[in-house]
Amino acid sequence: MPKFTIPTEEYMRKGHSACPGCGTPLALRYALKALGPRTILNFPAGCGGVIQGVWPFFALKVPVVDNAFECTAAVANGIRAGFDVTGMKDAYVVGWSGDGGTVDIGIQALSATVDRNADIIYVMLDNEAYMNTGIQRSGCTPIGAWTTTTPVAGDKGWNTTPKKRIMDMMVPNGIVYGATVNVAYPEDFIARFREAKDIKGTKFMHVLAPCTPGWRIDPKQSIEIARLATQTGTFPLYKVERGKYSLTKEIKKRKPMEEYLKLQGRFRHLPMEALQEIQEQVDAEYAMLLKKVKDTNE
Amino acid sequence: MIDVMTANYAAAHAARLARVGVIAAYPITPQSSISEKLAEMDVKGELHGKYILVESEHSAMSLLIGASYTGARTFTATSSHGLALMHEMLFWAVGARRPVVMAIASRAMGPPWNIWGDHMDVISERDTGWLQFFCENNQETLDTILMAYRISEDRSVMLPSMAIEDGFILSHTYEAVDLPSQDEVDDFLPPFNPEWKVDFDDPRRFGGMTMPEWWSEFRVRIAIDNENSRKKIVEVDKEFERKFGRSYGGLIEFYNCDDADVALVLAGSAVGTAKHISDKMREKGKKVGVVKIKSLRPFPADELKKLNDMVPVVGVFDRSYTFGYGGALFSEVKNGMYVPGGGLLMKDYVGGLGGKDFTPKNMEFVFEDLLRMRKEGKVDRMVEWINIKDGTGRW
Repeated sequence: MPKFTIPTEEYMRKGHSACPGCGTPLALRYALKALGPRTILNFPAGCGGVIQGVWPFFALKVPVVDNAFECTAAVANGIRAGFDVTGMKDAYVVGWSGDGGTVDIGIQALSATVDRNADIIYVMLDNEAYMNTGIQRSGCTPIGAWTTTTPVAGDKGWNTTPKKRIMDMMVPNGIVYGATVNVAYPEDFIARFREAKDIKGTKFMHVLAPCTPGWRIDPKQSIEIARLATQTGTFPLYKVERGKYSLTKEIKKRKPMEEYLKLQGRFRHLPMEALQEIQEQVDAEYAMLLKKVKDTNE
Repeated sequence: MIDVMTANYAAAHAARLARVGVIAAYPITPQSSISEKLAEMDVKGELHGKYILVESEHSAMSLLIGASYTGARTFTATSSHGLALMHEMLFWAVGARRPVVMAIASRAMGPPWNIWGDHMDVISERDTGWLQFFCENNQETLDTILMAYRISEDRSVMLPSMAIEDGFILSHTYEAVDLPSQDEVDDFLPPFNPEWKVDFDDPRRFGGMTMPEWWSEFRVRIAIDNENSRKKIVEVDKEFERKFGRSYGGLIEFYNCDDADVALVLAGSAVGTAKHISDKMREKGKKVGVVKIKSLRPFPADELKKLNDMVPVVGVFDRSYTFGYGGALFSEVKNGMYVPGGGLLMKDYVGGLGGKDFTPKNMEFVFEDLLRMRKEGKVDRMVEWINIKDGTGRW
């Protein structure tokens, strides 16, 4: 008998409407495998909600509440408060938003929910742009990326604003637990959600999930590219427990960013100098992370 | 027990007596003393649920919608810009069929900044699907909130309600209020028991995507249940009267109208002034009537149609103005009263905006103006703004 480290229970039915190679259904399945059937999810507008199907069809086996774009954290907080006063125990409340729904329009409600230390898991499903509305730039779009609102004309026009360092905002804001997870590392993904679920207070999970049309990638390379994000260090896997950083996936020798970027159509236009700048920036941010790990463990 | 309190304190007491499960609020003048009073009650252990301080009105309403899905009774309060910030979530509460009850200390919309009372904030939310109940005084504010829970949470309705008290005029003015006991309120208002709520044994999705094929079917249920609320509002008002000895006529109240020569239709605290002036003018043989719009939504159009046979001249007093058209209540009343070949004489009086005093003398002027039009048999102008310094605002 092979030894399975990933639970075999499934809480997402077949027949959802995600694109081939989409990271989101994997993220939903892994999260629910870790959390189990007494989990309620709330979603704003975005693929996370849409792919579960159109009424009366519904692909999840746990309750779901839909909410407006900017209030995922507030609604999750409300569900938890309602459970508290109606006596619902042993339930996990998960607010699940995209990157734009978190770092742009949802940041106010999220920050105040962290202030209140509401007992929820907040998931930011990061595919690095507003993918559901048609690949528009968000605060999580990396430098150099093409999107429909950062179109490319010759040697200019791609996104020039840096990806918002949301974990660096959430940690001093006061989250009790934060982690980065990647759909290319399912065991680590599930381990982090298991760790988070029974800690009281606001937990922040930053999930990297590729979007095949948004990243202009071959669906069959989706996981390979997601894995490269971690192997290059542009999306390192780490956790923060009460302010203490630790790497959850050690990368002994980081691969060059070019390997990650060249597989994605959204970066195809970049000239050599731009690749070099991106590499330098990733190196700097990775060094900052290692310093945070060192500094917070002394 | 008779106590002396502001409408804001009356609203806070109503939330306490209703045993609200989750309260979320954000400060804004002139609502703030509701949230302050609730905080004071919370720290003294007098509330029955959780009181959560949020960072915006948008989050207040969002949080309550989430809480309501679990079967918790919910309450918030706001004014003016706070209500406008909630606008998106007002639609959400309706579409999600969450019977949130909210007190509004109504206030002007800036700029220029103005913290004082008028109805522009609540008038602007007519199309959201909320039930909207105006209050004439502080007692009515308390009573309306208690009745609103019964109406909103009824399974034939399941729509949210606003109880509207005029900013400062009621929110900050002390009046005698008969405060019912907890036992009396418990006897009137059973716990919230929705047909649908979050259930892990029967996992469902609330508010997901609906295609054009089914969208109208969801909307028409809201329209039907909003209509259902008319019957419920009248029923609950009658039951409230049996239990507490006070009635507000359901959706509308006709005062001194039976043999009136002219009538004035209005809502909110100015109703009290109008009733007082009507009584005084009747002593002098001037037969003027008052029609109080208690419920703006649902709107008592059928009830208003009766006025066609009662009086030939009808005025409307508006505490708000819809630019490019006219006073909002005026257009509502005109539409509601329309019968083919009716031919009523009607005029709109706009006043009391942004806290400007609308005095008994102003009210008497309005009634005299209506009596003059009745005598002359014609309307001199459609709209008249009252008390504008340079006399403009007449067309």
